[in-house]
Amino acid sequence: MLTIKNLRASIEDKEILKGINLEVKPGEVHAIMGPNGSGKSTLSSVIAGREDYEVTAGEMNFLGQDLSELDPEERAHAGIFLSFQYPVEIPGVSVTNFLKTAINESRKAKGLEPMPAKDMLKAMKEKMALLEIDRSFLSRSINEGFSGGEKKRNEIFQMAMLEPKLAILDETDSGLDIDALRIVANGVNKLKSQDNAVVVITHYQRLLDHITPDFVHVLLNGQIVKSGDKNLALELEEKGYDWIKKEQAPIG
Amino acid sequence: MAEMAEEDKVLNEVTQSEYKYGFYTNIESDRVPIGLNEDTIRRISAKKNEPEWLLTWRLEAYKRWQEMEEPDWANVDYPKPDFQAITYYAAPKQKKKLESLDDLDPEMKETFDKLGISLDEQKRLAGVAVDVVMDSVSVATTFKKKLGELGIIFCSISEAVQEHPELVKKYLGKVVPPSDNFYAALNSAVFTDGSFCYIPKGVRCPMELSTYFRINEAGTGQFERTLVIAEESSYVSYLEGCTAPMRDENQLHAAVVELIAMDDAEIKYSTVQNWYPGNKEGKGGVYNFVTKRGLCHTRSKISWTQVETGSAVTWKYPSCILKGDHSVGEFYSVAVTNNYQQADTGTKMIHIGKNTKSTIISKGICAGHSNGSYRGLVKMGKKAENARNFSQCDSLLMGNSCGSHTFPYIEIDNKTAKVEHEATTSKIGEDQIFYCNQRGIPTEEAIALIVNGYCKEVLNQLPMEFAVEAQKLLAVSLEGSVG
Ligand SMILES: Nc1ncnc2c1ncn2[C@@H]1O[C@H](COP(=O)(O)OP(=O)(O)O)[C@@H](O)[C@H]1O
Ligand SMILES: [Mg+2]
Repeated sequence: MLTIKNLRASIEDKEILKGINLEVKPGEVHAIMGPNGSGKSTLSSVIAGREDYEVTAGEMNFLGQDLSELDPEERAHAGIFLSFQYPVEIPGVSVTNFLKTAINESRKAKGLEPMPAKDMLKAMKEKMALLEIDRSFLSRSINEGFSGGEKKRNEIFQMAMLEPKLAILDETDSGLDIDALRIVANGVNKLKSQDNAVVVITHYQRLLDHITPDFVHVLLNGQIVKSGDKNLALELEEKGYDWIKKEQAPIG
Repeated sequence: MAEMAEEDKVLNEVTQSEYKYGFYTNIESDRVPIGLNEDTIRRISAKKNEPEWLLTWRLEAYKRWQEMEEPDWANVDYPKPDFQAITYYAAPKQKKKLESLDDLDPEMKETFDKLGISLDEQKRLAGVAVDVVMDSVSVATTFKKKLGELGIIFCSISEAVQEHPELVKKYLGKVVPPSDNFYAALNSAVFTDGSFCYIPKGVRCPMELSTYFRINEAGTGQFERTLVIAEESSYVSYLEGCTAPMRDENQLHAAVVELIAMDDAEIKYSTVQNWYPGNKEGKGGVYNFVTKRGLCHTRSKISWTQVETGSAVTWKYPSCILKGDHSVGEFYSVAVTNNYQQADTGTKMIHIGKNTKSTIISKGICAGHSNGSYRGLVKMGKKAENARNFSQCDSLLMGNSCGSHTFPYIEIDNKTAKVEHEATTSKIGEDQIFYCNQRGIPTEEAIALIVNGYCKEVLNQLPMEFAVEAQKLLAVSLEGSVG
């Protein structure tokens, strides 16, 4: 589904990603872990097509398409969804209006008519129930005055509505209390299928207790330095990153 | 910097949005010879078969105007119009008075179709009466009968001069006297048409009264005069919208609008202004110098809402004189400038009575090389005990070549009066646009979404169908502008 080969990216001439290799297949859950500043959010932004970053080498392929040829919205239309670490406020634009616009723009790109209001409402109700979101939420300005937890839950609500093929969840667990974490994880699991994939970026095992990863990768200083199964996450939880850093350190 | 190059690219794309409604309709017209002198005014007055007092009033205004100088305090820059090169009267030639909309000149009808405001459609839009002003003479009036049953008068000002001279004589120039300013004086001397609206005591006008203005004849100055009178305890919502054909020369527009709200009356006056703004290089476009003012008696309310996207140069300050105790004035404005447009707009809230209240919400949006200014005066008079004002003036910038300015003037002569002023300047963030993009919303649509959100408080004040139109207009005016 997603194949990344030797990806290098920089911002303002500072290289952040230094040769990333990653392969995500349909049905899989990948976890990416790593200390602050190691490049996790940069990687997700580059996959989503944020133009501030300059891709200097390597390639990204998504469902047979070269991502470098797609604008961010085209990547979204192709099925890539990014749950932002820091969701953005848009004053005066309600959650409903935002979602309606997003869904209908994706449909337009596929040559479909706008979704009938009735269907949209039905879908919203369903997903709101799944994520235990209150109705009043829909008419609030998107992310404006939302608590940290509400912002993250709103991201997952959007994911549920947009039904992406690949969802990248960038620290979606931070800011969530234990109940919210369970609800969000439960939502992600319910939406999971053999046809879609999830990349979870997190610092903590507690999310991975709910969403079981097939693969765990450690991102360190712009490179994936170690990959393993779910046990790697447990090991990291216990020992931190230092032992990996030591493994990486040049001999001498 | 990669970011800058991208910004420029998007900016260029946005500013590619040509004036959508640019076209010219060839309708025969009946004109008064070019230029301005006493004789022009006599001819206009004679053509309109006006009573002697009105001619005298016009000539007096003309005398005043000749003694005045064109104002230059506004933050706009433009070549001074040549007042001798303007045609002051051009009536579209209609074969006869219209019985119904079906009798409308087919070419004119086509024009309306192009604008997407076909009268057929309008007619079907229950609850909207349309009085169309094309060039300087009203050509169609609808729903008149229904309004007539309630005693509401809604007609062209020329018709009002003929049919209701006592009302016109009583109120014309009482809120905006001819000597008020240069353009008000000019308008008083040469106005050729506009609308007249009278709501009798205790009547709530059951529909939005709507006028679409258009400028059509090349080189024709447009001098509308609008007079709205709401008698005691009455209510009216009045809509004014306009769009003009594309052309290469500057057109002067100097309208005067006077509103009078008697005790306990309420007037809502909404405008969508979309005159030709000139091309991308700043050539052509309408000069829009408007004087709009309302007078509030006791416990009455006047609410101005405007969405300004057109014109090359705009100079406009819809104001309220809060004379009666407990009266309320409101001003809600969105002003968009793009390319080389210049707008200096705002309001004046003059608090005279006790416990008077005013609210000002102004949202400026500047893109391209444009220049937008908010200029507002809040005056609390000696007797304005406990008067209150709240002003919120926001500006949104797109790109780095535009300019936005705020000039709030506050004069307080009463210690119990309170004035609150808030102002913000922001840019549409790259992160907001990327967030939208990531959800599948392309940049143009993202900007429209963000801008409409930013203007929500003002758009919410507009009647439903007008709000939808205004939203579309904002999107069209800003296609491709990113900051
Ligand atoms: N816009 C930016 N300008 C300059 N440096 C940046 C920018 N964004 C991220 N960085 C730098 O890139 C590195 C990786 O950041 P990030 O991808 O956010 O890490 P993580 O998500 O793993 O904590 C950090 O050193 C950070 O300071
Ligand atoms: Mg991060």
